Amino acid sequence: MPAKIKRLGFKPVQRMNRTTDNKIYRNAGLLGVLAIGMFGFAFGLVPLYEVFCEVTGINGKTAETAAKMVETTVDSGREVKVQFLGRVGNGMPWEFRPSTHEFDVTVGQANVTEFYARNRSAHTVIGQAVPSVSPGLAAEHLKKVECFCFVQQTLEAGEETYMPVKFYVSEDLPSDVQTITLSYTMFKVSQQEPTSSNEPHVSLVSTI
Amino acid sequence: MREGVTEMSQRIHTIHTVSLWICIVIGIIVFGAMAYTIYAHRRSKHPEPADFHEHLGVEIIWTIIPVLILAGLAVPAAKTLIDIEDNSNASMTVLITGSQWKWHYQYLDADIDYYSNLATPTTQINSCLIDLFCDLPDEQGIAKPLRESNENYLLEVDKPLVLPANRKVRFLMTSNDVIHSWWVPDFAVKQDALPGFINEAWANVPEPGTYRGQCTELCGKDHAYMPVVVDVRPEAEFDQWVEDQRIAKELASGQAVADREKTWSLAELMEIGEGVYSTHCATCHQPNGEGQGTTYPALDGSEIATGPIPVHIDRVMNGKEATEMQAWAPQLSDRDLAAVVTYERNAWGNTTQDVVQPRTIFENR
Amino acid sequence: MVAHAEHVPHRSGLAAFIARWTLTTNHKEIGSMYLWFAFTMFFIGGALAMGIRLELFMPGIQLIDPGFYNQFVTMHGLIMVFGAVMPAFVGLANWQIPLMIGAPDMALPRLNNFSFWILPFAFTMLLSSFFMDGGAPNFGWTFYAPLSTTYGPDSTDFFIFGVHMMGISSVLGAINIMVTIFNLRAPGMKLMEMPLFVWTWLITAFLLITAMPVLAGVVTMMLTDRHFGTSFFSADGGGDPLIFQHVFWFFGHPEVYIMILPGFGIASEIIPTFARKKLFGYNSMVYATASIAFLSYIVWGHHMFAVGMPLWVEMTFMICTMFIAVPTGVKVFNWTATMWRGAMTFETPMLFAIAFVVLFTIGGFSGLMLAIVPADFQYHDTYFVVAHFHYTLYPGAIFGTMAAVYYWLPKWSGHMYDERLGKIHFWTATIAVNLTFFPMHFSGLAGMPRRIVDYSLQFADFNMLSSIGAGLLGLTQLFFLYIVIKTIRGGKPATDKVWESAEGLEWTIPSPAPLHTFETPPAWPITDAREDQAARV
Repeated sequence: MPAKIKRLGFKPVQRMNRTTDNKIYRNAGLLGVLAIGMFGFAFGLVPLYEVFCEVTGINGKTAETAAKMVETTVDSGREVKVQFLGRVGNGMPWEFRPSTHEFDVTVGQANVTEFYARNRSAHTVIGQAVPSVSPGLAAEHLKKVECFCFVQQTLEAGEETYMPVKFYVSEDLPSDVQTITLSYTMFKVSQQEPTSSNEPHVSLVSTI
Repeated sequence: MREGVTEMSQRIHTIHTVSLWICIVIGIIVFGAMAYTIYAHRRSKHPEPADFHEHLGVEIIWTIIPVLILAGLAVPAAKTLIDIEDNSNASMTVLITGSQWKWHYQYLDADIDYYSNLATPTTQINSCLIDLFCDLPDEQGIAKPLRESNENYLLEVDKPLVLPANRKVRFLMTSNDVIHSWWVPDFAVKQDALPGFINEAWANVPEPGTYRGQCTELCGKDHAYMPVVVDVRPEAEFDQWVEDQRIAKELASGQAVADREKTWSLAELMEIGEGVYSTHCATCHQPNGEGQGTTYPALDGSEIATGPIPVHIDRVMNGKEATEMQAWAPQLSDRDLAAVVTYERNAWGNTTQDVVQPRTIFENR
Repeated sequence: MVAHAEHVPHRSGLAAFIARWTLTTNHKEIGSMYLWFAFTMFFIGGALAMGIRLELFMPGIQLIDPGFYNQFVTMHGLIMVFGAVMPAFVGLANWQIPLMIGAPDMALPRLNNFSFWILPFAFTMLLSSFFMDGGAPNFGWTFYAPLSTTYGPDSTDFFIFGVHMMGISSVLGAINIMVTIFNLRAPGMKLMEMPLFVWTWLITAFLLITAMPVLAGVVTMMLTDRHFGTSFFSADGGGDPLIFQHVFWFFGHPEVYIMILPGFGIASEIIPTFARKKLFGYNSMVYATASIAFLSYIVWGHHMFAVGMPLWVEMTFMICTMFIAVPTGVKVFNWTATMWRGAMTFETPMLFAIAFVVLFTIGGFSGLMLAIVPADFQYHDTYFVVAHFHYTLYPGAIFGTMAAVYYWLPKWSGHMYDERLGKIHFWTATIAVNLTFFPMHFSGLAGMPRRIVDYSLQFADFNMLSSIGAGLLGLTQLFFLYIVIKTIRGGKPATDKVWESAEGLEWTIPSPAPLHTFETPPAWPITDAREDQAARV
């Protein structure tokens, strides 16, 4: 039987002559809380990532709401080339392309361009355009005042349309960026049976 | 590692060589010390162990020296990285789209775009010895010698990316489905192609030539079978090529008009369709139409291939969402699409006797 | 000292055997189960590796078609990481930590049993996916979205469930270990007096508790993306495939340190014993391990350099990653200094420990090269990476585990292993491991990508060498199995101390270790009387 048990900072009593069961369960409980907290942290990383990207402007995602048009006071004359790309996601039966591939814009001035879309299928299809900007750091400087990507777009079977984007490049664009590429991918959100009963009925089972 | 042909690839090669030599030298010193001590301080030679077990001075030294070495490595690396990431002032841009399992190139400054598929035939690849895990037999027994005499085995495509020498070319990478990665070792350009996002890279290649790379991100079954081939031409030749493409496109659209005005016979379409099927469809649906499990459904006797024609056409043209069945409408001509649908409806055990004309395909676009 | 006075049900034969092993709460028995489980998984993962290397023996498709090959690659990684390396280290922890700190058992013995028994269920589920429609998971052990979410086979959901189960096992085990170390040390044993193996496990347990739940989060997001309409990882719903990689590697990097730190601890136990000299720089070793663990949280981006991150983000990850070389180097130097002017003998544990230090350092060198971003553009996703992590994992984690088994098996079983056979195993394994993985540096530098079933002709020679090495390596491990079984069944009786200069509480108890040990806490520091007694035996 050991003569003296050196104190470790907490009262060694009962079980195994060194510590209490309570102490053990409390430690374990705290660590369990830590583990659960880290599980929540993983989910928390999702909004954290969004915020981080917004604040630092990386990731190439543009804002999801309209920017206000800011009148420039100084006409720096700085020109930047803006390129436009349009593509469809897998299984999206639309034709989708920019009306113009690229043009030069003056920093601070408003510009308008259009994207053409046509629903090739025999159904009503709802699409959502998701933008991506390269270089990623230019994304926060490409301010969209009006954009078809803010809302879902619905096209009936065979319908075609021109969708506008009104934007300006803000003056705080880093000086080493000379070309900005704005790419939209039009994804299918859903499709419905055609509204007109004269359309040939082809049922497509679209499973995800 | 190869030096490559661009300034960037050569700077990277230098950094690689320097870091490798630093590692080798440190390795020689450390392993040398270990080898020495194993020899000199084995018990038979050195029976009395010393009893030191700490020495602050020595520990500080061998903490600080590595930090200095690392700093020495990091500075040139950072400089090179800054230059690599400078995508400005390019003279042209190419949009590269990865999909399962091919690349698509679109020249943004000219109206040129095309798919780039592996050109090595499956007769050189398939050589299954037993069919326990492997259902791709070498039916004619010729795979090995053919493969061994093909120095570009798995590194050849039908239509390479054509670029001009001595111009800064900007690459935009994206994907249609899963993550792929576009890599040309000779340019030291590697960027992942992400679905829904675009990445940028650039290269300025001084030397004309053919440069080969591969997809470098696991993207499914045929990840090993989507090479990258870049054909860099002298500037004047490149400009001529661009012009040639424009002319060819006009001709092709003329050809396409002729194709859809003609009424094709079953035999004609079957012959073309079989070729299209074996190039594009057989890898998943198998040459015998029996597919592989539920992932790659059988076409022989399938509902779609023997049922309503519009459904079959839609499936081939538009693909099936959230699966590897891609949309073939952008990739194949009206004639080829009509031929492959006709083929599938009349091959193996399917006997629909249906004939699908190219003009039907055109109307569905 | 009888643990239980109440009525014990009388069983015999098979019932007794099953009851004993399913209901045991004894850290030694549970440790043995973990080790046997890990050994079994090692052979299954090894069989998958053999399949891979057989297919890669020559260009062309000979044995395994592309879709199936991707399943082999994926399952090889999953089984080795989660089924072999991690449970083996947990098994060693279970056996050794209570003995080394003078505790009678783990702090939560029933939880310990539960943590183990989850694993066979999890892996049965995972392995059965080979027989499911659509096959086993085929998207690499890193299961990037959207290949795994949108395009994954049906078995992906079983994979998710399996990962959750393994994660729960690891987290509960890690909690148990930390609580045991904090609460059940012999009275008077300060934290800075614990054996290094216990220290490295304390830090590893912390990494497990913080990292494994993040993995659980990722696979849960995968599950909801696949079935419950969320779009964490797909752009069409406003999500981003990149965030998968960020969250995954936030787990993934600490995970690889989880898979090596106990190995560091093992080397720190073995080398002093066979050099007959105290570990050099005990305090620095502890601080270095803690620094490595801390740094492991801020380097995850180095797995993602080709993904399109902004410049300053890449720079930050590059610098932080390069920094890990410093504490790791300190450890290597300290092990060398421990050997320096010692009086070394080279029994099998020492051979494995030295090979661990040398070959892991080679893996560390390739890691340093990979950290340099511009160069990484040429290394990323090539066989150069495969070489790097196999050097750190095989001669690292696996050799470390084997060293530990040779070192402690006499204590566990009461018999010495056959030294001659052990040396044969060591030399053949060392030659085979280098023959298998060293050529991969070259095929990677020559441009061979990862995870490909078929390759172009310029990589053929390197691949043939690797495949030959792999075959040999597989055979040497079967030989190891034979040695282990032979030792357990009989051999020269082991003394309490087993090794002439072994120090630590585990060497003060008899060999084989009785089922219950340290029911009364031992004196600490180990008294002279005890030491003399141990030396006399």
